[in-house]
Amino acid sequence: MLTMIAKRLGMAIPSLIGVVVVTFLLTRALPGDPAVYFAGPAATPQAIQEVRVKLGLDQPLIKQFGRYVVDLAHGNLGTSLTTGQPVTSEIANRLPASAELTLLGLIVSIVIAVPLGILAATRPNSLLDHACRIVSTLGVSLPVFFTGLILVYVFYYLLGWAPAPLGRLDVFYTEPPHVTGFYLIDSLIAGDLPTFAASFKQMILPALTLGIFSLAPIARMTRASMLAVLSSDFVRTARASGLSSYTVVVTYAFRNAMLPVITTLGMVFSFLLGANVLVEKVFAWPGIGSYAVEALLASDFAPVQGFVLTMAVLYVMLNLVIDVLYGLIDPRVRLEA
Amino acid sequence: MTDIAVTPRRESALGAALRHARYVVGENPVTGFAVALFVLIVLAAAFGPHLVPYDPLQSDTSEALKAPSLHHLFGTDQLGRDVFSRVIVATRLDFFIAVASVALVFVMGGFAGVAAGFFGGWTDRIVGRIADTIMAFPLFVLAMGIVAALGNTVQNIVIATAIVNFPLYARIARAEANVRRESGFVEAARLSGNSDWRIVAFQILPNVFPILVVQMSLTMGYAILNAAGLSFIGLGVRPPTPEWGIMVAEGAQFIVSGEWWNAFFPGAALMVAVFCFNLLGDGLRDMVDPRRRT
Amino acid sequence: MTAALAVEGLSVQFRTRSGVVHALDNVSFSVARGETVALVGESGSGKSVTAYAVMGILDPAGRVTAGRAMFGDIDLLAATPKALAEVRGRRIAMIFQNPRTALNPIRPVGRQIADVLIRHGGVSRRAAPEHAVEMLRAVGITDPARRAKAYPFEMSGGMCQRVMIAIALAAKPSLLIADEPTTGLDVTTQAVIMDLVGDLAKELGMATIFITHDLALAGQRSARIVVMHAGHVVENAPTKELFANPRHPYTAELIAATPDSAQSLDALAAIPGSLPDLRRADLPPCRYSERCPRKIAACAQPLPAAAPGADHIVACWNPLPDRALPVAYPQTVSAA
Repeated sequence: MLTMIAKRLGMAIPSLIGVVVVTFLLTRALPGDPAVYFAGPAATPQAIQEVRVKLGLDQPLIKQFGRYVVDLAHGNLGTSLTTGQPVTSEIANRLPASAELTLLGLIVSIVIAVPLGILAATRPNSLLDHACRIVSTLGVSLPVFFTGLILVYVFYYLLGWAPAPLGRLDVFYTEPPHVTGFYLIDSLIAGDLPTFAASFKQMILPALTLGIFSLAPIARMTRASMLAVLSSDFVRTARASGLSSYTVVVTYAFRNAMLPVITTLGMVFSFLLGANVLVEKVFAWPGIGSYAVEALLASDFAPVQGFVLTMAVLYVMLNLVIDVLYGLIDPRVRLEA
Repeated sequence: MTDIAVTPRRESALGAALRHARYVVGENPVTGFAVALFVLIVLAAAFGPHLVPYDPLQSDTSEALKAPSLHHLFGTDQLGRDVFSRVIVATRLDFFIAVASVALVFVMGGFAGVAAGFFGGWTDRIVGRIADTIMAFPLFVLAMGIVAALGNTVQNIVIATAIVNFPLYARIARAEANVRRESGFVEAARLSGNSDWRIVAFQILPNVFPILVVQMSLTMGYAILNAAGLSFIGLGVRPPTPEWGIMVAEGAQFIVSGEWWNAFFPGAALMVAVFCFNLLGDGLRDMVDPRRRT
Repeated sequence: MTAALAVEGLSVQFRTRSGVVHALDNVSFSVARGETVALVGESGSGKSVTAYAVMGILDPAGRVTAGRAMFGDIDLLAATPKALAEVRGRRIAMIFQNPRTALNPIRPVGRQIADVLIRHGGVSRRAAPEHAVEMLRAVGITDPARRAKAYPFEMSGGMCQRVMIAIALAAKPSLLIADEPTTGLDVTTQAVIMDLVGDLAKELGMATIFITHDLALAGQRSARIVVMHAGHVVENAPTKELFANPRHPYTAELIAATPDSAQSLDALAAIPGSLPDLRRADLPPCRYSERCPRKIAACAQPLPAAAPGADHIVACWNPLPDRALPVAYPQTVSAA
């Protein structure tokens, strides 16, 4: 088991190297001259040149890359030009907001999609089956920001059930004392139920948006996988052995069908990390997605670099976790290495 | 001596394909619906700009933010421009982005994948490395990065979309090329003196096309969503160009005050187009490889 | 003597994209208590479909359109799910070909046996693992305690088949259906597995239906052979009688194509013609007639009904001469 994890970690390293190189190249290609920004609007060409030297921007690309890697090793992602804060700390501050939202969205999605997929597979051609297929095809076609806007219009404007899409917490509340950065957890730890309720209310619509977005691929894969497994040889044996429906469908069929679904989660995460950015814009959510977009539009390259790098690293790590999870369930992967 | 199956394919191939297409469409009316919708979209893209009632760029602030009516079927936006005309005219741009992205990724990914499968060795390793590196990024984030680095133009959106989809096409093409590497018609081409590159380009790639066509339809949908998403965060097409994503972005701020038509109609157009391409892709998959039907 | 299982007039259809497949038509045979009966035929003859229909595990596209399968007092084809639950896996069990894929790949084999023990054997959850180990020992697996924790992919085909036998026999059924249990196993293992099944059947007083395409193997291991072709039963006789006195033209071809026991049917020269397309709406009453050298005008009629209680049944208007009777009498209508 541990050897498998170590192996996977090893395979992740070339990916991480590739990510670092690509991120560096991309952000060096960003338009706008950081030296000009740093030096200020009244700077003379010499002052700008001095700043350029100070920032190391006059060095050949290889040397700049070297410095970049060294900085990275020290956890230094540079400083934001627009806020003057170190990027690392800003990302660390804003990451929990995005993470909390994404996790809640994913949970919503799984809780709906997996049972839907299982039921659709066990009742082929029923109303439920057709509903599942329509939901899947539609869900994949809906732009995530459009879903968010529709939800806001219906539930905030028309029905008044949801609060205004103005961020994580209504103005009247203060954030709970920081333990994890997840408002839901932190407010529970502090025993502050009103804040818990308030943050939950703010989170419903954006989480639902992300949930609807990732519903489709998960439901589709669950259904397809269950259909395939239900017609497999070993399920036939289980049925012929007279095992109960529950045992056949859940213990035998579903555990096997779960495997491709877990692999799909990797792809779903890739989409979610991107969709995050869009949802944060719709709901004014102070996560790293909106952080990056603001920085991008101001040609502030350090935060953008930090954002892309963080997301990619996060993605590599998530895939690693998924691989490990897969190995936990499927002994063939664990033992055959 | 291997059997070279000489099938007289060319003349009956199109006929057989059309017959099979008619069968699949007859079997599954949803595919027929998707084809009809596709034709509608193409017509809107081609002739839309000439047929719309208003100039999509003409603003008239006295008419700003009017709800849908007989004069303005989809209402007007904050600058008084007719939303209906803008939505129809935007079809051309979004459709162009979709087609261009898909064509580019087919050429890039298809060629690289076929070369990797055909030649193996270093070509395979390099293409594999490139694909792995691209796949290590969440795809939209990478597209954001590329467009930000290269600049806010339609070309760069197309390039970014193509790059982001490259690994998938390369992988499919590579698998197909591997299978065909030793097949009869390749042997025949080699014997008649064709260089390896000509074989790759003119023998293998055209054979890989049908399998990729399914993916291409799905990618068209993705390309539009991608472009719209980028425009939504300000990284795509620039105003006042009518494009569905940017129209939704501009309309988003008015949702909270109840002026829904601004963002709704372009968003609905997006959904319809992507839905159409996805259904088409499913239908094509039924035609090409019914075993993979979901 | 009441039969363990009596299949009467079983007909099965499958709905497919390219039409309705008339997979089985009026299949009848019975298995006496403790008897081993072989169901023999080419691929596509319907022998496995018969078993699936009896066990109630037909593909969802399949439907039983007629017939009964009497197991004691119960008609398996018309029974309520509750009644079936008493029977399936408990009083009738089944083992399949390709044992490795027929077992759950991500569950240790001991637990798979335990699942059946708990469900049918009245064994508690706590005691089940131990009983499972005992079952493994009973089917001849060495070091059963360790093996019980193994997964199917870690075991050989022969061992997996033993596990399947253990699962099937866990509740001590009175009828075992073995669907090509030795296909895919090497010859030595085949013999060992067949011996194991035979020994356990004798020990438990269990009847066995042995489905195979290998007529020679059927000849070695069964007391009675039922020959199937294209969804019909064409001949049904005690083994010795079948080989000595085959009456259906198809049976004769099968035997002629099996010169010695080491070869299986499919590898040998083909019987003339091919199986009819079972999707046709215009299938003739005798589905062998289109490839039969002995076809006569009468063959367009529905096949003759079997005489009740007959020991040797032939579904044919122009069967081969009965070697048991003096040659002087010309035979055109089948008689027992």
